[in-house]
Amino acid sequence: MAKFIYADNAATTKLSSQALEAMMPFLENAYGNPSSLYRFGQEAKTALEQARADMASCLNAQSGEIFFTSGGTESDNWAIRGVAQALGKKGRHIITSSIEHHAVMHTLQQLEREGYSVTWLPVDGEGRVNPDEVKKAIRPDTILITIMAANNEIGTIEPVAKIGAIAHEAGVLFHTDAVQATGHIPVDVETWNVDLLSLSGHKFHGPHGTGALYVRKGTRLAPLILGGGQEKGKRSGTENVAGCVGMAAALKEAVAEMPAESRRLTALRDKLINGLLALPRSRRTGPSKNRLPGTASLVFECVEGESMVLQLDARGICASSGSACSSASLEPSHVLLAIGLPQEIAHGSVRLSLGRDTTEKDVDDIIENLTAVVNNLRAMSPIWAA
Amino acid sequence: MLYSDKVMDHFSNPRNVGEVENANAVGQVGNPVCGDIMKITMRIQDNVIKDVKFKTFGCGAAVATSSMATEMVKGKTVGDALKLTNAAVAQALDGLPPQKLHCSVLAEEAVKAALTDYYTRQGIDPVPIMGEQCPHDCSCCSG
Repeated sequence: MAKFIYADNAATTKLSSQALEAMMPFLENAYGNPSSLYRFGQEAKTALEQARADMASCLNAQSGEIFFTSGGTESDNWAIRGVAQALGKKGRHIITSSIEHHAVMHTLQQLEREGYSVTWLPVDGEGRVNPDEVKKAIRPDTILITIMAANNEIGTIEPVAKIGAIAHEAGVLFHTDAVQATGHIPVDVETWNVDLLSLSGHKFHGPHGTGALYVRKGTRLAPLILGGGQEKGKRSGTENVAGCVGMAAALKEAVAEMPAESRRLTALRDKLINGLLALPRSRRTGPSKNRLPGTASLVFECVEGESMVLQLDARGICASSGSACSSASLEPSHVLLAIGLPQEIAHGSVRLSLGRDTTEKDVDDIIENLTAVVNNLRAMSPIWAA
Repeated sequence: MLYSDKVMDHFSNPRNVGEVENANAVGQVGNPVCGDIMKITMRIQDNVIKDVKFKTFGCGAAVATSSMATEMVKGKTVGDALKLTNAAVAQALDGLPPQKLHCSVLAEEAVKAALTDYYTRQGIDPVPIMGEQCPHDCSCCSG
């Protein structure tokens, strides 16, 4: 079989075999609707509630605070729009960062069009939000602070616990998009002081189409999806029982193996970054410490990101880029611009996100192949002068 | 897949990469800020493009359109090369995704910039032949 190295675990992950095993009964035989009164339906309900309890214990939350959704995007949309609607009479100001995922960014841009006011906080050169800036941005009409726990492109871990403390001191709700963080770094809704937290199952070896929103007890949140009143009337729609059971199994597994796996991935990630920094006119994006264990991100001058990704693909390596050419717009990623990279350099970005199956040999292979790809493309580049 | 097989072929095995020695027609268009730059060098003899090469910084479509454009003008008379259109380049590649069509425009512009340079070097005013050149002041090129 041709070489296949999957280095795009920040995009999605392989379903864990434990999760698949946990899901199978609900895909095959136990297909009852958890809302049905008969025992066959209640079997599904019992499994769903066990999954909820398992998710809660992984986040140091209570079962009743976990609401199942279709994924991170829905959770982000719901948290933001749900607060905006519930508290719109109290105030219409929201604070966020300039490096949020599109699910948060585009939702807030839509709220701006609807008359809400949003403060987009800058970040430092490594992508960190300054908690003091958050504090300064709070106004009497601020109803929500939403800052991601860890960045999807450059892996920066944000000081959410400090931001959460500031939010609570000011009596403002705090939401964090923890889609990249959950299952990869310890997530604790109490020490983080969060009121709302979004997560996505397929980022930690759970099934696609699963996610959850943690909603602190007592938080006012309007529902986004109306219908049969499932999830205590907060999120209607027949529950994805197999998906929720699989997501919970995957999260339990990820949390159990986190101490060892995090150490292993951090070492591989640093080896990868350092190996690639041997290329001239290359630089790491995001911090050297306090970054997601598996996420390496770099820029190489005078080469373009999409070309790198396509050439890596031809060599059997899956990676991604924040270059403009990977999107419909001509602008490079807002995250790379927010950390102060000039546009011409931001075009040359590549993200390699390692995971459970990544071996040290894979890392050596990636270094060797990406070095060759960058050299090839530079030889073809009219602006490259060695 | 985002790209046609032809685009991937020209991206993976680009034709005519490099710089022609003793070139008498050189054109460069694009801007690093916008993420693609094409440089085309030609040697024109007896009004025929004897040799043509390119160097490109850009995405897969930028490389493929450069490669295809050089193939399409190689061995042609200057007059025939002037008739190269971005639509013809895109068509020869079995089409491009909509957001990549600007790359084919850049390839046509690069060929025309090289031919403009050729006329200028020959002491011929290019404007009556080529028309006014793209001022490269749109949002992309001006950054």
